[in-house]
This record gives sequence, C-alpha cells and structure tokens, in this order.
Amino acid sequence: MSEQTEEHTAQHIVGPKVYAAVGLALLVLTASTCAISYVELGVFNAVVALTIAVIKASLVVLFFMHVKYSNKLTKLTIGSGLFIFLGLITMTMADYISRAWGRW
Amino acid sequence: MSDSTAIANGAVDEAANAGHAEHPPYQRHHFESVAQQFDATNFAMWLFLLTEVMFFGGMFTAYMILRNWYYPAFVEGSHHLSIFWGTTNTAVLITSSFTLAMGVWCAQTRRKKGLVFFLLLTFVLGIAFLCIKGIEWHQEWVDYHVPGLHFSQADFLNPKLDPAVYNEYHDKPLIGGMAAKTEEYFFLYFAMTGMHALHMVVGIGILVFLIFRAMQGAYTEGHYTFVENFGLYWHFVDIIWIFLYPLLYLISRHT
Repeated sequence: MSEQTEEHTAQHIVGPKVYAAVGLALLVLTASTCAISYVELGVFNAVVALTIAVIKASLVVLFFMHVKYSNKLTKLTIGSGLFIFLGLITMTMADYISRAWGRW
Repeated sequence: MSDSTAIANGAVDEAANAGHAEHPPYQRHHFESVAQQFDATNFAMWLFLLTEVMFFGGMFTAYMILRNWYYPAFVEGSHHLSIFWGTTNTAVLITSSFTLAMGVWCAQTRRKKGLVFFLLLTFVLGIAFLCIKGIEWHQEWVDYHVPGLHFSQADFLNPKLDPAVYNEYHDKPLIGGMAAKTEEYFFLYFAMTGMHALHMVVGIGILVFLIFRAMQGAYTEGHYTFVENFGLYWHFVDIIWIFLYPLLYLISRHT
C-alpha cells in the first residue's frame, strides 16, 4: 500500500515574475475586449468577447490558482466539473430551442 | 501539536510511540504527510468552487435564454451601463487577484511583512471594487433602472430622454412590448452583480481575519494552506466577474 507511487503536489511555488506577466496579460486582454466591442462584427462580437473571457479565466485558473502545477486528481476534478456544467447548459438549451421550434 | 508533545514528553508507552515519525505541528494525524494534507484540503476547496460554478451557472443560463429572446432590450439596457466604471472595476479586480497571488507567494517564501502588505492591498482593492459598484448602482437608481423598486421604461420608449447615451448610440425606441423586457435585463444585472458583490463581501470579511492572523505571524511558518485556499476563492470570484463584464457591459457597443 505504502509502496504505491503517490502523486502529490510538490507545492510548486509560482514566482512574482509569472504573476506579474499573467496580471499584465489580463489587463491587456481587458482593454482589448473593451475595444473590440466597439467594432461591428455581427454575431462574432459575442464569440470574440466570450473567447477572450475564456482565455482570461484560463490564465487565472492555470497560474493564479496553480492548476498548471497541481496533481492529476485536481485537474480531473475541475475538468469533469466543467464538463457536467456544460452538459447541463447544453441540455437546457436543447429543451428551450426545440420547444419553440420555428417560433424564433 | 498537543498529541506529539504529550507522547514525546511523558509517555513511556512504546506501543503508542511506535510509528510516530517526526512531523510539523500543523500536520493532522490522519494524514500521511504534509503534502497529502495539502492535497486533500486543496481538493475539497475545488469541490466547493465547483458547486459555486453550478450556482452562478444557473444565472448564466437564464441570461443566455433571455438574451436570445429579448436581444434588442439587452442591447439598449447595456448601453445604459457605464463602460468607464465597468472597465475600471474589471482592472481593479484583476489587480486584486494579482496582489493576492503575490500574498500567497510571500506566505510560501515566509515573508511576513510582504504577506501583510499584499493582503492589505487586496483588501483596499476589494473595497474599491465595492465602492465603484455602489456608484453604478446609485446611478441606476437615479435613472429608474432598478427593476421592481424604481423602474421606468421611459428611457427605452423614448431614448432621447437620456441625451448622453442617445448621442453616443442613437438607440431607436423599443416597440411591441420590447421596452418592458429591459426590466428583465436589469433584473439579471442586479441578480448577477449583486450575488457577485455578496461573494466579495464574504471574501473581504475572511480577508480581514487573514490580515490579523498574518500580523500575528500565522501562515509564514510553512503552513499557508488557508491563504492558498482563500486565494482560490478570491480568484474564482474574479473569474465570475471576467464573464459578467463582457456579458453585461459589452453586448453591443458599436452603433
């Protein structure tokens, strides 16, 4: 039992340089998402805004929340949680779309 | 701590002592190692955050459905939010996440003064965020944009009533009952930013506790799990705002 190779977070320490770079990237992305919203892109306005938001959230999760350096259990837990969340949204939307079929 | 010292000091009981290896005072006995203890706590924190994802997820789903149905109302509603304060607040919150991440680093590298400094900075930025939110909510009250309590469709039936917004976006009057749907946009706006602000208030409360404990020298003696896990909470609240900002403020800013 104790001979099993256990995978523990070596409590990797992320340094100030990485934090500063990520913080700066987040501010730049905030400015750009604000600027892009003034450009007419049709339906792609929402796509671009959400893509930038997802990139920003990923940066926060990976570096500020240390998930890039965490163990597989944590990564898998977060992944499956988000998967279920997206599944629930998809099923809800499928219901709404199909009920009002043709009346959009 | 009490367990280990009791055994080390008095008890001659070899059986109880057997297998009791040296460990830091903050390691609980049901964990094999500090690393295992850290992982377990970290894992639990993530499970909690996932329930929070589901909690906010309900509101995001409602937003998505209503936005699809009443898109023109959502566009004009968002034109009446302050892009300046919204963007400023996003920057404030992102900076507070950065300062808290620096606080975690100070705790990890046992810098007591640095930890207190960055926690205080995070506290100030958190308060600043709530103040700016207060300015915006006050403006919405003045403009009759608070659903249920202080709401009027006038700005959407006749956009020229609000010259500042009209001159920038030249919104056309909403017709066929669509103007009434702006109330649903503002309902979601207050529900989502309100729930987010409530999380900020809770976070700031915990932060005050952390600051006092950090000034007493806690967290910089190797046991920084509380700071790390509070950081996860704070960054999570930041992520919620990262999505609220484009969804509420940036629906369609072009004219």
